[in-house]
Amino acid sequence: MRLINQQPGIVLRTALMALPFILVFVAYSIGSEIRLAANPSDKLLPAPSTIAATAERLFTEPDRRSEKVLLWHDTGASLMRLLLGVGISAALATNIGLLIGLLPHVRATLAGFVAVLSMIPPLAVLPILFIVFGLGEVSKVVLIVVGILPFLIRDLSARVLEIPREMIVKAETLGASSLVIALRVALPQLLPRLIQAVRLSLGPAWLFLIAAEAIASEQGLGYRIFLVRRFLAMDVILTYVIWITFIAFMMDLALRWMSRRLFPWTEAGL
Amino acid sequence: MSFVVAENIFQSYGTRPILERVNVTVDEGEFISIVGASGCGKSTFLRLLLAQERPTKGEIRVADAPPAVEPGLDRGVVFQRYSVFPHMTVRENIVAGESFRRRFGWFSGAEKRAARERAAATLERIGLDQVADQYPATLSGGMQQRLAIGQALAAKPRILLLDEPFGALDPGTRLSMHDFLTELREETGMTVFMVTHDLEEGFKLGDRVLVFDKPRWDPTDPNAYGATITYDFDARDGGIPFQRITEETNVLRPS
Repeated sequence: MRLINQQPGIVLRTALMALPFILVFVAYSIGSEIRLAANPSDKLLPAPSTIAATAERLFTEPDRRSEKVLLWHDTGASLMRLLLGVGISAALATNIGLLIGLLPHVRATLAGFVAVLSMIPPLAVLPILFIVFGLGEVSKVVLIVVGILPFLIRDLSARVLEIPREMIVKAETLGASSLVIALRVALPQLLPRLIQAVRLSLGPAWLFLIAAEAIASEQGLGYRIFLVRRFLAMDVILTYVIWITFIAFMMDLALRWMSRRLFPWTEAGL
Repeated sequence: MSFVVAENIFQSYGTRPILERVNVTVDEGEFISIVGASGCGKSTFLRLLLAQERPTKGEIRVADAPPAVEPGLDRGVVFQRYSVFPHMTVRENIVAGESFRRRFGWFSGAEKRAARERAAATLERIGLDQVADQYPATLSGGMQQRLAIGQALAAKPRILLLDEPFGALDPGTRLSMHDFLTELREETGMTVFMVTHDLEEGFKLGDRVLVFDKPRWDPTDPNAYGATITYDFDARDGGIPFQRITEETNVLRPS
């Protein structure tokens, strides 16, 4: 039988799925063991047990000075910036994408402009954002928007253009105005694609968030990681990295669930 | 009294002529089949009738109104694919046929209930009442086309344009769709234009069969000339000619 036709069973499939995770964990444990055996106060690869203990401390014990649990505090601050940035981008991109996709005049005006804008490296304009918007929350949210909005607009306007012309013409023959075509034909078909596009742009959004927090911030997940780097506190950094990964993964899962739940017609089929 | 008049239509894309000197008049209630080889401007002619495109020369008038500049309520259309809205249930698709002309495309309150009841009647008529709450993607090809026709008729157009509506269906389904369309036509008496590849289908359903072909042919440059209507058959009486005293065949003769 050809390799391309060999399917793993359910048990093997689960085992295979877990395998890379286990391998990485084992490799890390061995590396950590070797280093700690040579030097018990080594900070580079803390033992998994140390990380677990640190994680428990970070999640539960309040900071002595501010009396707040810093990890939750950081998470709240970062999520606020991320959701604001992604939310604003998604709302803007939906509107602009619809306009570019449906109206030839707007397309002629904006399509080229957005294509050029999307080539600007967002981190290169970060200093400008800090100068214009100050070092507060606004500049971080704006960085996320600047970073992912051009991509979202390009993707969504392309999706609107992909709607078969026949469907638009059909709506016209039913007497639909441009507004009705936008609201009842294009928008409902765009929303599932919006969720897909947002899922894809969550990675860059996290990148820009952490970059902005690392450079100038007083709280946030990225800020904390770059702060404790000075003390070579690998256990704290790793805890934060695992936590961020977990949040990002859950967001992706939630969006996928939402897409399936809200738009059953995308998966309807014989 | 001619209902649809096409007068000296020329259509070209860039420098490439597609249609030349197309003249045809159609009475209200006639069923016109349009046949011809691929690339002979059948679909282009249908798009012109639909006002999706405007001819480079000449004009098409419906009921003596000035030529339309964009598709509108007076022309209903069913394409081979993509003629229903995938994000709406079967029932919503039918209701959309009436509600899209509103400001925001929605009905509300009593109007909505009335529209849903009319939609239920339509669905029963087209045999889709069992699947009213399903999405079109779950329907078979024939059911989707029936839905598309039902939706187009819900808007009460004056002309129905069909662009190879049964092209993607299997032969059995196609036959039952023929019966369906024939019945609908008897009920509504609507003017229908149907583009088809299938000569048999064209003669079976149509009152007239228009044949599009290129009357002039340059062997060194096949795209040099456009197509026109070369034959205009009387397809009543099962397509058997000379069953009536007067019969117009309208064969194009060199002038």
